[in-house]
Amino acid sequence: MGFEKFGTVSFTSQTKVDEFVERLSQGKVSGTKCKKCDAAYFPPRADCCGCLSSDMDWFDVVGTGRLISYSTLSYAPTGFEEDLPYTAALVRFNDDIQVFGRLSKAIKSEDIALGMDLLVSPVKLPCDRISYEFVRP
Amino acid sequence: MSDVAIVGVGQSAFVRGYGGSIRELAFEAYREAMTETQLKPKDIGASIICSAPEYDKQRTPAGVLAEYLGLIPQPTFYLESVCSSSSMGVKVGYSLIKSGLHDVVLILGFQKMSEITSAESQERMGRGADIIWESPFGTMMPAYYAMHARAHFDKYGTTEEDLALIRVKAATYGQINEKAVYRKEVALDQVLSSDVVSTPLKRFDCCANADGSSCLILARQDRARDLTKKPIWILGLGAASAPVNMAGRDSLTGLKCAREAAKEAFEMARMGAQDVDVAEVHDCFTIAEMMAYEDLGFAKPGEGKYLIRDKETYKDGKIPINVDGGLLSKGHPIGATGGSQLRTVVLQLRGEAGKMQVKNPRIGLIHNIGGVGLYANITILGG
Ligand SMILES: [Zn+2]
Repeated sequence: MGFEKFGTVSFTSQTKVDEFVERLSQGKVSGTKCKKCDAAYFPPRADCCGCLSSDMDWFDVVGTGRLISYSTLSYAPTGFEEDLPYTAALVRFNDDIQVFGRLSKAIKSEDIALGMDLLVSPVKLPCDRISYEFVRP
Repeated sequence: MSDVAIVGVGQSAFVRGYGGSIRELAFEAYREAMTETQLKPKDIGASIICSAPEYDKQRTPAGVLAEYLGLIPQPTFYLESVCSSSSMGVKVGYSLIKSGLHDVVLILGFQKMSEITSAESQERMGRGADIIWESPFGTMMPAYYAMHARAHFDKYGTTEEDLALIRVKAATYGQINEKAVYRKEVALDQVLSSDVVSTPLKRFDCCANADGSSCLILARQDRARDLTKKPIWILGLGAASAPVNMAGRDSLTGLKCAREAAKEAFEMARMGAQDVDVAEVHDCFTIAEMMAYEDLGFAKPGEGKYLIRDKETYKDGKIPINVDGGLLSKGHPIGATGGSQLRTVVLQLRGEAGKMQVKNPRIGLIHNIGGVGLYANITILGG
């Protein structure tokens, strides 16, 4: 499966970590970890800038994260208008791993609070596209 | 005094839609800067042309503009770090002079944002973020700064009203800056009741796109005194970068690259925030000015709100900031912005800022950010 299926609109189709999309379809949101020096990356990378190795393993972002910040957009770039309003968010899972994405629309705006617990979960979009979103545990 | 001085400054009016080509737009700032000195085009050793290429229809504008300005056959090249391009131009120009390669270097920043439609421009602006891992979620520049605002509110108790006060200040000075695009007064409730763009930021928390150009002429110490009665010396230069994706940032309550660049600039100038008499900071959004107060050390983290509540960043305050209206009132023609900020501080240090003049400033600081804290340039100048 190609990377061009990622997100509402994707701006690039090729990356060596396109297995990310395959893993989303299997229900996993994954980063990469360097086999040589153990550095963990999210978003995933094909190459480790710590030790210059390209020998990477996948790992899954699991467990509960904490909402670091968010913003609900009233205007959208071209191609995203039908999604409005939607909420961009940053969630911290541990010291190494933070994930940027969107909050699930199932979370009401009055219930959003910084520090709240969130999980990250793959979500299927129209037209055979796929992404991930943050949901309540 | 230092090794390199700014001997000429110029700026076009910043306008909504410039009715000419980028060559003519560049010429406006160029003529103003050249006219301040006795320099002839052949005296300019090299030119550095700064803009963000996604708005340009002309590919490789450096050679095209240099020819129009009369600066060929001297070397010219293009430099880009989005909104901080022309401040980075100053850093590179300084090093060309300090290295002994050239005596006089010209930095020309420009942007004709109306060259493309506003829908095209929004889309291209978004591509300054992480196009692989962020843009597929439908992000826009205001949303990223809005996330910083939310984090700042939550950690420090800063409010929407505090940010609105920054816009009210910007409008106070925009009215007396004849080169600003927005010259009307803005009342506090007008800011607070404006349309929400991306919570908690509203329309009046955001600067406007504009077309404009800026020009700075740098010269080696021994040349500077012959070229102008009031050379303004480059005392400190700092530059830094940070992860493009928000997932790589350890905090959203400030910009780490700004703190790193400030540290470097203050070390080079052998001074600290308390020594600065007047500053221009990159207020592309009101929250960006609030974070700048704290990242630069004018206030402790979380205490920037007291500076604006007590009007300490007004002209007669403890540390006057953006008393030319800032990006919020002047408008933000990407490649021209840094040069315009430097020009304002040069005029202040010369005592030539007219109605905007602060009382006897000796040291000035410019904080110019590229992207959402992707690049930072801090410049310290002295009279
Ligand atoms: Zn490694």
